[in-house]
Parts: sequence; structure tokens; C-alpha cells
Amino acid sequence: MTTPAPLLSVRGLTKSFGGAVAVSDVSFDVAAGESVGLIGPNGAGKTTVCSCIFGQMRPDAGSVRFCGRELGRLATWRRARLGIGRTYQRVEVFPEMTVRDHLLVALRVRHHDARLWRDLLGRSAPRADELARVEEVLEIVGLSEVAEVPAAALGLGTCRLVELARAIVAEPRLLLADEPSSGLDEHETRELAAVLGTLQATRGMAVLLVEHDVFLVDAVVDRAIVMDLGRVIASGTFGEVMAEPAVRRAYLGVP
Amino acid sequence: MTPPVLELDAVSAAYGPYRALFGVSVTVLEGATVALLGSNGAGKSTVARVASGLVPVTAGRVLAGGVDVTGKPAWRIARAGIAHVPEGRGVFSTLSVEENLVLSLRRRAGPRALRHSLEQAYLRFPALAERRHARAGTLSGGQQRLLSLAKVLVVPRKLLIADELSLGLAPHVVDDVYRALGDVQRAGTALLIVEQSIDRVLSIATSAVVLDHGSVAYAGPATEAADVVAHVLAPRGRPQGADGAMPAEPRVPRGRGWRRSQTT
Amino acid sequence: MEQLLGFAVPGVPYGCAYAVFAVGLVLTYRATGVFNFGFGAQAYASAFVFTWLVEDHAWPTWGAFVLAVVVLGPGLGLVFDRFLFRRIASTNTTAKIVTGLSLLVGIPALLPMVFGNANLVGAPSIMFNPNTVYVHLGADVPVNGMYLSAAILTVAMLVLLVLLLQTTTLGLEMRAAVESRRLLELEGVNAQRVTATAWAVSGLMAGLAGVLLAPTEATIQAPDYITLMVAAIAAAACAALRSMPIAAVAGVLIGVVSLVAQGYLPTSSVWYSAVLPALPFIVLVAALWVVPGLRHLDEATDPLSSVDPPPPPPVARVRGREIDRVVRTGWWLVLGAFAISMLTWIPRAWETVLNQGMAYSVIFLSITLLTGIAGQLSLAQATLAGVAAFTAGQLAMHAGLNFLAGGALGVLAAAAVAMLLALSSLRLRGLGLALMTLAAALLFDTAIFPAQSVSGGTGGLSIASSWLGLPLLAPDGHAYFVLALCVLALCAAGVTMVQRGTIGRFLSAMRGSEIGAAGIGVNLPWQRVLVFALSGALAGVGGTLLAIQQTVIAPGQFNYQLSLAFVVIVVTAGVGTVEGAIQAGIGLVVIQELLQYAPQRLQGLTFVLFAIGALTYSAHPEGIVELEKRRWTARAERALARLRSEPAPATASGRS
Ligand SMILES: Nc1ncnc2c1ncn2[C@@H]1O[C@H](COP(=O)(O)OP(=O)(O)OP(=O)(O)O)[C@@H](O)[C@H]1O
Ligand SMILES: Nc1ncnc2c1ncn2[C@@H]1O[C@H](COP(=O)(O)OP(=O)(O)OP(=O)(O)O)[C@@H](O)[C@H]1O
Ligand SMILES: [Mg+2]
Ligand SMILES: [Mg+2]
Repeated sequence: MTTPAPLLSVRGLTKSFGGAVAVSDVSFDVAAGESVGLIGPNGAGKTTVCSCIFGQMRPDAGSVRFCGRELGRLATWRRARLGIGRTYQRVEVFPEMTVRDHLLVALRVRHHDARLWRDLLGRSAPRADELARVEEVLEIVGLSEVAEVPAAALGLGTCRLVELARAIVAEPRLLLADEPSSGLDEHETRELAAVLGTLQATRGMAVLLVEHDVFLVDAVVDRAIVMDLGRVIASGTFGEVMAEPAVRRAYLGVP
Repeated sequence: MTPPVLELDAVSAAYGPYRALFGVSVTVLEGATVALLGSNGAGKSTVARVASGLVPVTAGRVLAGGVDVTGKPAWRIARAGIAHVPEGRGVFSTLSVEENLVLSLRRRAGPRALRHSLEQAYLRFPALAERRHARAGTLSGGQQRLLSLAKVLVVPRKLLIADELSLGLAPHVVDDVYRALGDVQRAGTALLIVEQSIDRVLSIATSAVVLDHGSVAYAGPATEAADVVAHVLAPRGRPQGADGAMPAEPRVPRGRGWRRSQTT
Repeated sequence: MEQLLGFAVPGVPYGCAYAVFAVGLVLTYRATGVFNFGFGAQAYASAFVFTWLVEDHAWPTWGAFVLAVVVLGPGLGLVFDRFLFRRIASTNTTAKIVTGLSLLVGIPALLPMVFGNANLVGAPSIMFNPNTVYVHLGADVPVNGMYLSAAILTVAMLVLLVLLLQTTTLGLEMRAAVESRRLLELEGVNAQRVTATAWAVSGLMAGLAGVLLAPTEATIQAPDYITLMVAAIAAAACAALRSMPIAAVAGVLIGVVSLVAQGYLPTSSVWYSAVLPALPFIVLVAALWVVPGLRHLDEATDPLSSVDPPPPPPVARVRGREIDRVVRTGWWLVLGAFAISMLTWIPRAWETVLNQGMAYSVIFLSITLLTGIAGQLSLAQATLAGVAAFTAGQLAMHAGLNFLAGGALGVLAAAAVAMLLALSSLRLRGLGLALMTLAAALLFDTAIFPAQSVSGGTGGLSIASSWLGLPLLAPDGHAYFVLALCVLALCAAGVTMVQRGTIGRFLSAMRGSEIGAAGIGVNLPWQRVLVFALSGALAGVGGTLLAIQQTVIAPGQFNYQLSLAFVVIVVTAGVGTVEGAIQAGIGLVVIQELLQYAPQRLQGLTFVLFAIGALTYSAHPEGIVELEKRRWTARAERALARLRSEPAPATASGRS
């Protein structure tokens, strides 16, 4: 009886900052095409978990396996090329670049063809298939109208969508989405949920969703993991975890 | 009758060549709570920034308590009792949590009451008390947000402008924040709130302003705003910037380099 | 023990000088966010004015002190704030560093123009009499007034400044203003005044340091103050630009250790001749490697930067079609006219000058690539040019290679050095990287270039035209011009293509957000190494061209001051476009040549002019060339629009 190896497997992840433990002994799996919610109160360690998975922080202990491969001390850019995409809680867009260029660059990197000679011979203009793919994603996320606007001229909510589009254009197998809905209102959040659902269904993209918007989590995730003070305190379907007293106490503040 | 705490009179504003507001009028009466709604890129943050003097107006007037403060530096407007919690990170990440609080409470509360209001802040938001000597930049996103709200929620002012009020806060912290808002509201502070959870903000608001593409689409009682919002936002519900984000005179880069084959 | 003390105590005043400057640097950095390379120059100005008033104009010491320290010091600081740093966005690290450098380059050149005589002697002391022995340590280690003044000054300054920054509200506001002036304004604080105060305090400290340290040197010379700055920078780096006490201790130690080492090391050893003078740079490099705080400099970004409109796109990309066509045709015409004129009527003297300008342009292109496109700041571009030039020269002398083969090897050598530099500073960015490259440039200046086997000693390496293999290139033919023009055109085209291609996009992503770029899979370390190598190669090409043109190459042509000046010149002219580099290169030599006709006193004017360029630059970080282009394009567009709206039927039909 062999169950297929999970896409992402986190075991015993621990990270502390000068004595203060931010994440302690966190273990969970994400299967291919599955979407998992990572929720918990402020300062629970959710962003830290994402950063450890993506190699932007070095965990003190524990292992992260992706596609059956131990990631160890692999650099962030290598993890990205393995098929992990991420959006950030504090937006990290390229201010002077237009929205379309954001996606074109992300697509180029994915197919890692930056060759000096090609640039020097002027043979690196975007190909038709790349442009088509970019248009498609812009349409999905709803950014077509601002495609030629530099990111520095966009509001916070739009910047988040740019980040999301940049992350999904390269078709990652796993998307780490850190509070994608913050800055979006209810209608927009609903659309975001639809976008994530479509991607999951059509492209088999797994999502690890860190979110405080209960509606979005409920709409998107198959399974939820609740963290508090750096530990996993519950996991199961969204309905199940929300029914647990410990979760209600820590997260919703109901005694 | 006392003059409104804040009055934007047909204000237009732009970021360089990018125009964001077109003749927007917003009035916040004393002690009132105004919800500022609108879709992505509608200009909510720009209204907040204009009110606190961060973005200069290109036309129209800004009045604070009946006094014309158009073109005044932000610190003068802040001293007139208008507090602005910007969207995103609103703390000094290189200073400690306590230093952040001191910086903002000292002027309001005076040196004597400083200790007291610090204690109050920690009492209200215990998450901050644990980290009082940590550098604010090492707090989690939500904790930073909480800190920037704690700075203004402890001592009442004339007007509190909160941009994306509950952004990044966990549900029970949002409750705490709304409770604190209720307190300052009772103490006579007028509120101008931008908030993603529309129902929640409309439940405490006395009136609402709905923005669309940089102009006012609705201004009136909060009770009727929900309908308007559904009407204005739902059909589009998409980030747009068509008129808002386009430069005054279209200066869209022409085909060159990476853009050359765009048309092919 | 006695002997050790005997060597160590004389090191104290030097150490204290380093310490005072290091503390001043750290203070300025923490209170204003600017790493003020001009601190030494400010101190020099105060010392100069003080001595000049007392010695040449017989002012009373106290009067001169008031004017030079209490008025001039803070005054200079306020002027810098008002006209330069206030206008720079707090997130623009490059602009802050470059503007600081422009002060370092500009002030020492300006002073002699204002006051004439550059070297004053016999600065008066305002504390203890420097030559009176006050105490004896042990049997025969005399402690004279100079040592006492230095030690007391250092300690007093340290205590005062630490108190100011850590315990007062003003200090708190200063630290906050560094991160975000606008967020501070939202607290109801007049951030402009806070920053101005910080600059005034920093200026006062610079003036005080300058005047009190003046008597330790026999004469007051700008180079002394700059050397002092280098050691001070090393000490400040040891403290990660954060802790003033550590900076002070490190400064004192550098001073004392170097004098003790001087005492114990045999004068004939390599340690004495090469390593000892390089001690501060070695300390600097070591600090940059091991002090973790230096990796996170300037990481705190302004949370309110989203209030600023985006920088305007390059004019060449957004101007109207008609204007674009006219401009492009115009450029080709100018190029053709230039080539024909050079080959026909331009006098030999001017042809030489313009040839040199083209060689500089190639070096400057390396800065365009590195700083403009990749957002990395290197202060060692002249050094890299020198590496190529000396390699090519030596290969010609000893292996008989002609300029093509030797030059190619030289270019490779420069690229290799640049790559090494990039590899050794992978974890640094912004200011940290700038300091690392500065240290490298200084190391080459003191330890490598002066060596007989590299540059042929002080006389320099003389390159006879015969070794070129092509006597054609002898200075009195046009062949050099043709060669330079071709090389420049190739390099400019290459840089443009890289800028427009995939690599250019990756680099621009990296410039925008390193976290974001790594997150989509851009191999940041490799991009860095690659762009450094390319830029080193370009600088090498330029250096070799320059060497052929000059026929004698000496270390002075490639020293670190030139590196600094190059960066200031290119960045103020316009670092985002290839035209900026070329116009800077030609402009530099033309201005220098024109100044030959100016009175002797104004010889330093070139650098002053470019430092004045910093005034425009601070408000327009895209550079003067780009700014003027935008202005003229806007004018032309307006004129065009007016022309169109005119109901002149002839033109209307002609256009449609
Ligand atoms: N660089 C750091 N240095 C010190 N402590 C840190 C650092 N980064 C995070 N922490 C601490 O680790 C804990 C977890 O932070 P994290 O950002 O992962 O929280 P989070 O679950 O994402 O919270 P939020 O919902 O507010 O975003 C917090 O208490 C935070 O203060
Ligand atoms: N710094 C800027 N430079 C140029 N244009 C800007 C800038 N900031 C915002 N804009 C533009 O101004 C318009 C209004 O933006 P604003 O940030 O006020 O919207 P918002 O309603 O707050 O949106 P969000 O919900 O995304 O925060 C948008 O079209 C946006 O693209
Ligand atoms: Mg988080
Ligand atoms: Mg907003």
C-alpha cells in the first residue's frame, strides 16, 4: 500500500529568533493539487513557516521535502525554479517595471533562458507564446487594463494581484500565498477565491493559503491547519478545526 | 454650529502625471463616523492622504475644523488633531515597540501622562506588551499593524483616519480594535475609515462615501450605502485604473525592445 | 612593556583622530541616513578657515573658533541638508552615497579656489599646549598636551553624542526621520527641522574635530584629511555603522596598532612597506566580511514610499513619433559630422582631447551598466581600468604582445578582478558594496599599483608606439580616432542590447526588489557576478584605450579618487542611458581642456562643476542629461502641438 508521496512535506520545522521561538516542531503535508489553509492568530508563525519552506529563512531544525526531494539549504531561486511560487505579506513588486513586464520576466526565468549572446544579438524579444500566456494570466487576474502601468503607480490591492499574477504565470506546482486578500474588499475576495479555485482545478496547482479572511479560507481550502504560538494546534477540514474549542479560544477569541 | 472636523471641497489630486481624484468632496462632522468605500484603485487611500497632507491637491480645498489647510505640511495637520494610520506598514521598523509608542503618545499626552497612556496601550493590546523592547521591524505583519493602531487609539484626537483598518489582523484582534474604536468614538473622536469588510464598518458608521474611479459615486447615510456598494462594485469588482491610473496625457511607452513584438 | 607603551602612546592622537571621525560618521549615518563621505572635507574646511584666520589674519583664537566651528561647521551641514540631502528620497541609497562622494570630491577642490594657498602651517591649539609634557607614564613615556587634548575630546564627544541619540527625544526623532520623514510628520513632528538639526550637529562635530586635530599635523592638507577618513570608515564599519563606542574603540586601536607595528616591524620587510600602509583597508575588508550588521544596511525602507509617483520613464521611450524620428536622424547627422570633422579640420590638440574623451566614455559605460542597469554601486572602476592597462602594458614590454592580444588579456584580467570583487561581496549591497569596492580600490592604490613590477614605479610605464604592433596608432595619425570610435560604438551598442534584453530585465527586477526577484527564480548571485564581470571588462577596454592614447601610464591615472569622481560624474550626468555616459566622457575632457585657459587658481574647477551638478542631481536622480532631454522634448512637443492646431492648410495636408 503506497500512497503517493506528498508534494510538500514539512517535518519538525523549528525556528527561533534569539531565544524567542517563532515556530516549533511544525509538521504537515500538502498533496499535489490540494489547497491547505494555514491560519492562526497574529504572530503565530505562519509567515515564518512560509519563509522556511521557500528558503528565505534557515530553519534551526526540521526538514522540508518538495516532490520527494529534501530541500535542505537550497537557495530561494532554486526552489522557485523547482516549482514553488510565493506572494508576500508586504508586497515585493518591482516598482519601475510595468505589470506586463513583471509577468514576462517571471516567465523567462522559469524557462531559464538568459543568454548573453542572445541579448547582444537582439534575439530576446518576447515570443508570441509568451505574450499569449501573459495576456491569459492578466485576463484571469483582471489586470489587463493596467498592463502597461508601472507597479509604483498602483494601489496596494492591485500590487497584490500583480504579485499573484507574477507567481502563477510560471505555473508553479505549489503556491505559497501569504494573505493574498488583504487590501481587497469582499467582492474582489470572492473573485480571488474563484481564480484560485480555477487554477487548482485546471492546472493542478497546490496552494498553501495563509489568510485571516475566514470567507476566503472557507471557500478555497480542502483542509486547514491552525497554528498558535508557533505550534500546530489543530488540523482537519475547515469546519472541523473551527469547531475545536482550542481554536475558537486562540483564533476567534471566544472563551 | 461647529464647523466639520474635515472637509474636502471638490478636491482633485494626482501622483505626477497619474491622476487619482477628480473633484471629490467629503465632509466629516464632529463626532461622526464616515465609511469610505470603493473598489481597488478607486482612490480611497488618496483621499486619506490628501486629508492628512501627504499628497498635495491639484484643485479644491481641504479644511480642518473650518481652517483652510490646503498645501500645509503634514505635520501641521497632524498637530491640528488629525491622525492618519496609513495602509500597509505604519511603524518605524528600526525603533523598538516602546519607542514607536512614545514618539506618538508623547506629544498628545504630555510627559506626565506618557507613562499612563503607555500602560493603557499595553493593557488594551497585550500582544505588544510582550514585545515592548523588540525592534518593531521584527514583529509579524499583524503585530505591526496593531502597533500602528495602538499609537492612535489610546489618546483620543479630533479625527482618526484609518486606511485599511483591519488589514492583516486576526478575527479576535479585529474585535479588540473595534472595541477601542468604540471608545474613542464615545470620547468624541470623529472617524474616517477605509475598510475591506464592508458590513462591519457600515455597522458602526453614521454615513458613507462611495468612490468610483476617483469620483464620489454616493455620499449619504450608512444605512443605504450597502445597496449602492453592491451596485457600484459588484458588476466590475475588478481592479481597474483605466482613467484613474492613466497619465493625464497618455504616455504609454512605445514599442521598443520587449514591447516590439507586442503587436505581432 | 615600557617599549610597547613608548610605541603605543604616540599612536593615541592618531587613533583619537580616527575615533572622532568614525564617531562623527556613525552619528551622521544614524541621524540622517547618509554615509557622509564629505565629513573629512567638512572638517578640513573648518580647520583651514580657523588656521587661515588666526595665522594669516591675526584673528583672536576664540573669534576664529566661533567663526570656523560654531558658525561654519553647522552652516555647512545646513547647506548640505537644504540644497542636497533634503531633496533626495530616503529610499534612494545610490543618490545618497553619490551625493556624499560629490562633497568629498568637491570641497577640497573648492577651498583653494576660495582661499588661494592650499597648505597652511602651524595650526594653533585651543586646548592643551601640544608640546608641553603634562604627565609621564612610567619612566620615559611623556604624555604631552596633544595626546591629552585628543583623548579628552574623543571621550567627551562620544558621551555627548551617545546621550543625544539614545536618550533624548530629539535623538529619537532623528532616528525615526531616517526611516521615514513622512511617517514622522504624521506624528506631528516637523521632520525637516529634525533632519536639519541632525545635519547641524553633524557639521558642528566635523568642525570641532577638524580644528582640534589640526595641530597634530604639521600642515593642513586635504589629502591628510582624506587618509584620516579612510581609517575612520574602517573603524565605523567595525561598529556596523551603529555603535558609536565600538567605532571609537576601533578607531583608537587602528591608530595604536599601526604605530606599534611600525615600531616593531623591521623597516625592510614587505610587511612594513606594503601591508602597514594598507592596514585600514584590510580592517575595512575584514569588517565587511565578518560584521553581520553591515549586510543589513539601509534595509529599512520608507513605509510611505508608495505616496511618491513612479520615476518618469526614459524620454527616449515615450516621446512622440515625429520627435523621435527627428532626434534619431539628428544623432546620426551629428555622429557623421563629428567623424568627418575629426578626420579633416579639427586641430590635432583637440583631436587628442576628444580621443581621450572617447576612452573615458567607454570606462563610463561600465558604470552605466553596473549602476544604471543593475543598481550596484562600485567605487573601483578606475582601478579596473588600471588593471587592464597595466596588464596590457606589461605584456607588451615583456612578452612583446601587440595591443590587440595584450589588450584582450588585460580586459580579461580586469573582468576577473571584478568577478573576484563580486564574489567576495555577494552578501553586501548598497553602501556595504560601495565600501567593499572602495577598499579594493585603495588596496590596489597602495599595495599593488605602485610596485615596480606592475607600473614601473613612480615614473609610470611608457608605451612606445612601436609595441602596439600597429605604428599606425601613433598619436599623429587618425587611426586611433577610428579605433576609439569603433570600440565606443560597439560597447555602447552592447550595453544597450543588454539593457533591452533578458538580462537587462532580470537586473532591473533585481534592482526593484531582491526578495521578489529571487522569489521568481532569478539567480541573484550569478547575475551579480555576471554584471560585475561585464562591467569590469568594459572598464578594461576603456583603460586599454586610454593607455594607448596616453602612451605613458602611471598609477595616478587610475587611483581611487578618479574612481569616485567617475561615479559622481556619470551618475549626475545620467546613469540610466548610454548617452549619459558618452556625454559625460566627452564633457569631462572638454571642460578640462577649456579650463587650461582659465587662471591657475581655477584648475580644480572641473570637479567642482561636477559637484555642483550634484545640486541638480539630488532633485532629479535620473540625471542632468535625461532631465534636459525631458525638458526639450516637452518643449518640442508643445511647439508641435501649437503648429498642428494652426489652421495652416499646407502643413496640415502635408502631414496627413
Ligand atoms: N526577524 C525576526 N526577529 C525576531 N522575531 C521575529 C522575526 N520575524 C518574526 N519574528 C517573531 O516570530 C513570530 C512569528 O512571526 P510571523 O511573522 O511568522 O507571524 P504570522 O503568523 O505570520 O503573523 P501575522 O498573522 O501577524 O502575519 C512573531 O512573534 C514575530 O514577532
Ligand atoms: N504612488 C502612486 N503613483 C501613481 N499613481 C498612484 C500611486 N498610488 C496610487 N496611484 C493610483 O491612484 C489611484 C488611486 O489609488 P489609491 O491607492 O488611492 O486606491 P485605493 O482605493 O486605496 O485602492 P486599494 O484598495 O488598492 O488600496 C489608482 O488608480 C492608483 O493606480
Ligand atoms: Mg504573517
Ligand atoms: Mg488603498
